[in-house]
Amino acid sequence: MNKTYPDAKTALAGLLHDGMTIMAGGFGLSGIPEKLIAEIKASGVKGLTVISNNAGIDGAGLGLLLETRQIGKMISSYVGENKLFADLYLKGELELEFNPQGTLAERIRAGGAGIPAFFTKTGVGTLVAEGKETRDFDGQTYVMERGLVADLAIVHAWKADTEGNLVFRKTARNFNPVMATAGRVTVVEVEHLVEAGEIQPDQIHTPGIFVQRIVRYDRYEKRIEQRTVRKRA
Amino acid sequence: MAWTREEMAQRAARELKDGFYVNLGIGIPTLVSNYIPSGITVQLQSENGMLGMGPFPYEGDEDPDLINAGKQTITELPTTSYFDSAQSFGMVRGGHIDLSILGAMQVAENGDLANWMIPGRMVKGMGGAMDLVAGVKRVVVLMEHTAKDEPKLLHRCTLPLTGAGVVDMVITDLGVFQIDRHGSGMTLLELAPEVSLQEIQGKTEAGFALGNGIG
Repeated sequence: MNKTYPDAKTALAGLLHDGMTIMAGGFGLSGIPEKLIAEIKASGVKGLTVISNNAGIDGAGLGLLLETRQIGKMISSYVGENKLFADLYLKGELELEFNPQGTLAERIRAGGAGIPAFFTKTGVGTLVAEGKETRDFDGQTYVMERGLVADLAIVHAWKADTEGNLVFRKTARNFNPVMATAGRVTVVEVEHLVEAGEIQPDQIHTPGIFVQRIVRYDRYEKRIEQRTVRKRA
Repeated sequence: MAWTREEMAQRAARELKDGFYVNLGIGIPTLVSNYIPSGITVQLQSENGMLGMGPFPYEGDEDPDLINAGKQTITELPTTSYFDSAQSFGMVRGGHIDLSILGAMQVAENGDLANWMIPGRMVKGMGGAMDLVAGVKRVVVLMEHTAKDEPKLLHRCTLPLTGAGVVDMVITDLGVFQIDRHGSGMTLLELAPEVSLQEIQGKTEAGFALGNGIG
């Protein structure tokens, strides 16, 4: 079973269709699957529902798929960095579902773990809980949230082996490991690809069972959204 | 004299205790990390997946794989650990974080908090705020006392809530209030220097009791 593909185009071949649901890892622009997003743009597939914490910025990340109007609906926790997003939303050209960030993460985790719903206290008494079932446990009210799965999860990892075992780097990890578990198919772009056995089994973050296809690139743009530094003394 | 932003942050830093795990929101709350009292150590959590958040990097050392929840480049410390978003909010929701300090648009006398949306305007999203206020053991709001001279401490929030009955303390440029989440209401604990009780009453819609030594 070969999981490695020569480029993003072949890694996504046969997986894309109009109206599908795609999970995309990343927080802001950190840890986003930038090569796979670019290839989805090139494919022209449209009417997408995209589950991702953010919506990129103008001209980068998922912002690219907004420019081409390929996204019909976003499920996100925060989209404040994207002017085009605001324009499309206010014109009614884009549907939007806000989830609290932790609820979004847990919905994805649950989906990947075969849990159809769970109860959380996040959002009780707010707009987020409207129309949802609530239940009291031990004197506290909780709201029911549903697990989430997607037709495709696109993930960025630092390193993979040929079996699909993954290692993430620093805060570029974020939503990537949970999304890898919740895609019916998961495609991963990596910075380093090694033979199976070269990653210490104890150091693996995501086991290869969750990964169907891997593509490696030498160079990534990895744009920084808020470059903040201190002066050397 | 009302407190400056720096003085507000300094006052909020006095709520930190040795060994605390703390989440700081964006804006004035971020400044709190500059005033951690000497002799205590706290670990800062960044909800995008990091405990033990270090200072901004030196110029040239920025790493696109190492950012905080405000998307700013940061650094790691010897205590740092990284984790995914589900585990990060497991920490938050599970009550493992001791203290959250965050900003607000409105706070009500019953501890309701509104800080994520203004209807009719483009809404950016709640990010992790709803999870933080629902799950963290103690929630301190750090905000200006008024917005364009309108009170932000109200009987009831008029904006959509981030959380119901979730705020334990409010620190503004004029003073410090404690809120009992279990229905005993709001109490004024401290006034900023040269701020009179009359002034703070005039700029507060919420009802509040007076703590020891006030009034």
